[in-house]
Amino acid sequence: MDKVMTTPGTTGERIREYLESGKRFDERDLLEFRDIVIEKGISNKAEGSVRVKVGESEVLVGVKMDVGTPYPDSADKGNLIVTAELLPLSSPRYEAGPPKFPAIEVGRLIDRYIRESKFIQMEKLCITEGEKVWNVYVDIYSINDDGNLLDAAGIGAVAALKIAKIPGYNEETGKADYKHMTDKSLPLEKEMPVTITVHKVGKSFLVDPSREEEDLCDARVTFGIKGGVISSIQKGESNAIDFEIMKDVIDIAAKSVVELEKKIEKALK
Amino acid sequence: MAKKTENFERPDGRKLNELRPIKARVGVIPNADGSAIYQSGDTIAIAAVYGPKKMHPQHQQDPAKGVLRCSYNMMTFSVSDRIKPGTSRRSTEISKITEWALEPVLMLDKFPGQVIDIFIHIIQADAGTRCAGINAASMALAHAGVPMKNLVCSVSVGKLDKTLVVDLTKEEEDFEEGEGPTDIPVSMTPDGKITHLQLDGKIGPEQLKEVLDIGKKAIEEIYEIQKKALKEAFN
Repeated sequence: MDKVMTTPGTTGERIREYLESGKRFDERDLLEFRDIVIEKGISNKAEGSVRVKVGESEVLVGVKMDVGTPYPDSADKGNLIVTAELLPLSSPRYEAGPPKFPAIEVGRLIDRYIRESKFIQMEKLCITEGEKVWNVYVDIYSINDDGNLLDAAGIGAVAALKIAKIPGYNEETGKADYKHMTDKSLPLEKEMPVTITVHKVGKSFLVDPSREEEDLCDARVTFGIKGGVISSIQKGESNAIDFEIMKDVIDIAAKSVVELEKKIEKALK
Repeated sequence: MAKKTENFERPDGRKLNELRPIKARVGVIPNADGSAIYQSGDTIAIAAVYGPKKMHPQHQQDPAKGVLRCSYNMMTFSVSDRIKPGTSRRSTEISKITEWALEPVLMLDKFPGQVIDIFIHIIQADAGTRCAGINAASMALAHAGVPMKNLVCSVSVGKLDKTLVVDLTKEEEDFEEGEGPTDIPVSMTPDGKITHLQLDGKIGPEQLKEVLDIGKKAIEEIYEIQKKALKEAFN
């Protein structure tokens, strides 16, 4: 029952050949996402929770809130804490133990993408300036890894934040009261941010790679985009991208994100 | 005054020996060799089996038999007060308890030098998470085609004041009247081999024997549900 941990060379070559003629194993276009399914409310103790499936990739995302103290440099703002775990449950590739770089990167990237897009109005999550603010935790778990968990996590984070309800606040104890949830949603911007990662395989560019395609990726660029404005970027992997080509990558992201937004909107309904 | 057994009322209106509604399904994680999700009321556990496969690190290999390695963890958002990510003393103990609960039905001597990994995560918690985890793990093992002598089924029997009930909810675990709550999670094969037994609270020896009888009945019901879910997957 041992599983192959990387895509074997021969399969890899065939995928590259296919991509160069604009084809993929699953018959998608290079810039086409797999089907997205969002199931809401998968964990009733969470303030908001979703299951997101992108093809056969699956993540669970839960939002929890509690009352904490603000950081000195943002005394009147709530705190956002994002963590991601790539569970050994979700793939034979992941091992138990402290989070390794790929999981840390997912958490960090989603954190910056939510934070920099200003999707959450953090100043509205202040209870008493300098003393008490809401902490918003976004926790991401992989359930099945079939590639592009990063974008799936981004979709899940936004969806879970959108449906989250703020817990009650107990004035006496100064703590959250989970028995008396309010029906108030988080203070969010109307426009939702979307994360999209463009992958470079050989000379080809594609989005939403399957596990095999992701294995072949020479370089990738993750964008956080809200309303046509880019607010976070990270280039990953150790191959350079020529600056003229990077301009193409930016175009690809800006173009593909429109279709992706539509897919997410549809899945959210 | 302590309530009498016969007219004890459970907060959710269940009968004393009535399990919460159960949903069980296998094959929920395509990457895994075997997988299952098991829901009892508001408690949801998901489990994946990887293996049998070569044991790494090598020094943990046992040349005489295979090793079962379980990992139980709760998702941060599965309870009201967020749990810190990572393992805790509690989750480490439950992981071990789960191994002990499942090992007796496995023929590990058929897999020298190998390991069977089971990963259990609690998505939503309303008491009985270790039992739900063991039920899911047992189904995932069968789904993976690992040779087993039988399934293992798990349930918590509770003593609320003086009354015995099956499958406690969190609300019942926090029961404070009379003698208070006693929680007795038990796992066994449908033919009555007990592989796991724990108890927190207080109970007399005679009533504890009764607990085992009640547990056995509940386990027979759980077994049928597990079996049905497995058959559905292989139709």
